Amino acid sequence: MRLSLDAITLRAGGRLLFAPLSLTVTPGQPTTLMGPSGSGKSSLLAYICGTLAPGLHGAGIVRLDSQEITRLAPERRSVGILFQDDLLFPHLSVGANLGFGLKPGPGRRARIEAALVEAELPGLGDRDPASLSGGQRARISLMRCLLSEPRALLLDEPFSRLDAHLRQRFRRFVFDHAAARNLPVLLVTHDAGDAEAAGGPVQILLSPPAS
Amino acid sequence: MPKALPTALAAGVVALPVLGGLLGTILPAFGILPALGGHHFSLDPWRALLAQPGLGVSVWLSVSTGLAATLISGASVALFCAAFHGTRGFRLAQAAIAPLLATPHVAIAIGLLAIAAPSGLVARAIAPLAGWSTPPDVASVNDAAGISLVLGLVLKEAPYLLLMTLAALNQIPAMRLMAMARSLGQPAPVAFLKIVFPLVYRQIRLPVLAVLAYAMSVVDVAILLGPERRPPLAVLVVRWFFDPDLSKTFPAAAAACLVLICTAAALLIWYAAERALGPLQRFWAASGGRSGAMAIRLGGLALAILLALATLSLAAAAIWSVAGPWRFPNLLPIRFGLASWTAQQASLAAPFRTTLATALAATALALVFSVAALEAVARHGRAARQGLLAFTLLPLLVPQASFLFGVQVALLSLDLDGGWAALIWAHLVFVLPYVLLSLTAPYVALDPRLAHTAACLGASPFRILITVKLPILLRPLLSATAVGVAVSAGQYLATLFAGGGRMATLATEAVTLASGGDRRVMGVFAVAQSLLPIVFFAAALLLPRLVWRRRAALA
Repeated sequence: MRLSLDAITLRAGGRLLFAPLSLTVTPGQPTTLMGPSGSGKSSLLAYICGTLAPGLHGAGIVRLDSQEITRLAPERRSVGILFQDDLLFPHLSVGANLGFGLKPGPGRRARIEAALVEAELPGLGDRDPASLSGGQRARISLMRCLLSEPRALLLDEPFSRLDAHLRQRFRRFVFDHAAARNLPVLLVTHDAGDAEAAGGPVQILLSPPAS
Repeated sequence: MPKALPTALAAGVVALPVLGGLLGTILPAFGILPALGGHHFSLDPWRALLAQPGLGVSVWLSVSTGLAATLISGASVALFCAAFHGTRGFRLAQAAIAPLLATPHVAIAIGLLAIAAPSGLVARAIAPLAGWSTPPDVASVNDAAGISLVLGLVLKEAPYLLLMTLAALNQIPAMRLMAMARSLGQPAPVAFLKIVFPLVYRQIRLPVLAVLAYAMSVVDVAILLGPERRPPLAVLVVRWFFDPDLSKTFPAAAAACLVLICTAAALLIWYAAERALGPLQRFWAASGGRSGAMAIRLGGLALAILLALATLSLAAAAIWSVAGPWRFPNLLPIRFGLASWTAQQASLAAPFRTTLATALAATALALVFSVAALEAVARHGRAARQGLLAFTLLPLLVPQASFLFGVQVALLSLDLDGGWAALIWAHLVFVLPYVLLSLTAPYVALDPRLAHTAACLGASPFRILITVKLPILLRPLLSATAVGVAVSAGQYLATLFAGGGRMATLATEAVTLASGGDRRVMGVFAVAQSLLPIVFFAAALLLPRLVWRRRAALA
């Protein structure tokens, strides 16, 4: 599976946020996009997901392998995303959070249990997400995303809220799981350490050409 | 579905009756009302209106009581916040306003009568000192200048403005601004009025103007507490409109137009005062002076007294409803009992059912319209929100008496008056703006990334709404429900006009019965009318804790 971006541009009220961007992400080669805050990194990921905020206008084509997904509804794109915050649904138990994106069918319970084991929280599916530590919540957030069987993984600075020790562990956790599932990973960050841990190509989001 | 449809529907369901109602008021004011034989433009309604003895007094009363009630409510809240922001008394006041917000205007007015009337609690307390054995012959309520009317309005509007101020304080860094101003040498009360208040006022301006428009055209409280012989203009509108002599309908329409003109004038006066005081406030803030703290603290006590009086009013109404024999000047009845309640059982039942059914229907519709509109705004951008708010806020700024008159005229000509649909729609016009207002902030504050995450996990927009957004918004949804029920239960004029005088709710019955002057019956209706919203407010407080008792982030 490859994620390719072809001449993506974003405009806020006519103003171009960054120079047209094209790149291809392959599994095992997590690509890091760097740029100052306000350069449109998060909005670019929102454009790929199909959740661009009203008021922003995007153009350009997003493909998974040869399939163009740009015109699909967000829920039909199979693009998973992790944000700075874990964004576990506060009204659902840990297990219900994991099951949210998992398609109905046999073996659901077993897959949720297995995900809990992988997140080092075996048997804790009934717990309130608010009762977990930051690192535990981050791991559940990744497992929830993976259970929805995404075809690409987008990371919007998901490591920045964790302290140094947890950050190291969670980076490994994310990149190992993505590699095991052969997922293309696109990471945006302004932390050089993230880019180093990703181990793939680094691209800087350029300012738009002066008009 | 067209993108703008949900917002257009919400705006239309509210704006249509207001704008159509205004037209239905203006045309008869100029002689055009075919149903009553008015086919030609004429100025006769205005001539008849201007020939009314005492019209000038009524106009003056409307404008003066409206402005006074708004000014006193606003100033007492501002001074109280300045004097006590961040103290224990401040948090106490926050708790004290909850039952007052739930209680309808009529119930508070009935309670105030029980305290301030010549045979009320105050006179009974003074009686031993003054040597009174019968109620004194003073106009302590229904006074010609409208002082008791202003007080009755303030008792209800001050808690409302305090609530709005508390919400506004949460949206600005008030604590940090105060700390900064105090470290620059300003005493806390002075610092609040200099730095924090201008930011708060910008956010509560609309509620303040809504209070002004409401107070200018209030009818129920004015019937209970205002002067009887020369009442405020809005009372004249209702009196003439329901006069058996149908020719009075034309001057009534002209009077309803005059209410609109007076309200516009009062809003202009308020606006001019804002413009004049703004530079003075900034001059004072820049002056570096530090005096005034003591005066502000003293002024801040006014609201504490008002809140105590309002609470006492509720208690007085409740005591009357269970009072046995209670002769003047005894401070308490000889015994208590439920005799008044059992005696009123039959006459309570039907209005109670109508009140409950109307409140539930109007609130449910308002919730559906509001969620649909806010969902559309969330998906398609904020531009729609401004238009939505502008239209749905119309009924809060256009005086009720001026457009409900025309609504009734329109309903009559369509043969729809006095039915459930008309009654529920009329309530919806006032319930929807408040439900929408109380839902907007929580809806906008909801982290959009929660919905984005759910979408990336494969959930459709509808599933996201039902399984993610609405459960997380349970608390604000229940609060909005309680607000809607309270607004509906308090509607007097809307019920009167849309019900064509045939649909009786607790609000209309309470006002009707008040003319009989039986304190026990009035107490029963005041308590019954308050119970409904209070139950819903209590549920809004307790249910989320119960439902989310195992979810720390929501309980």
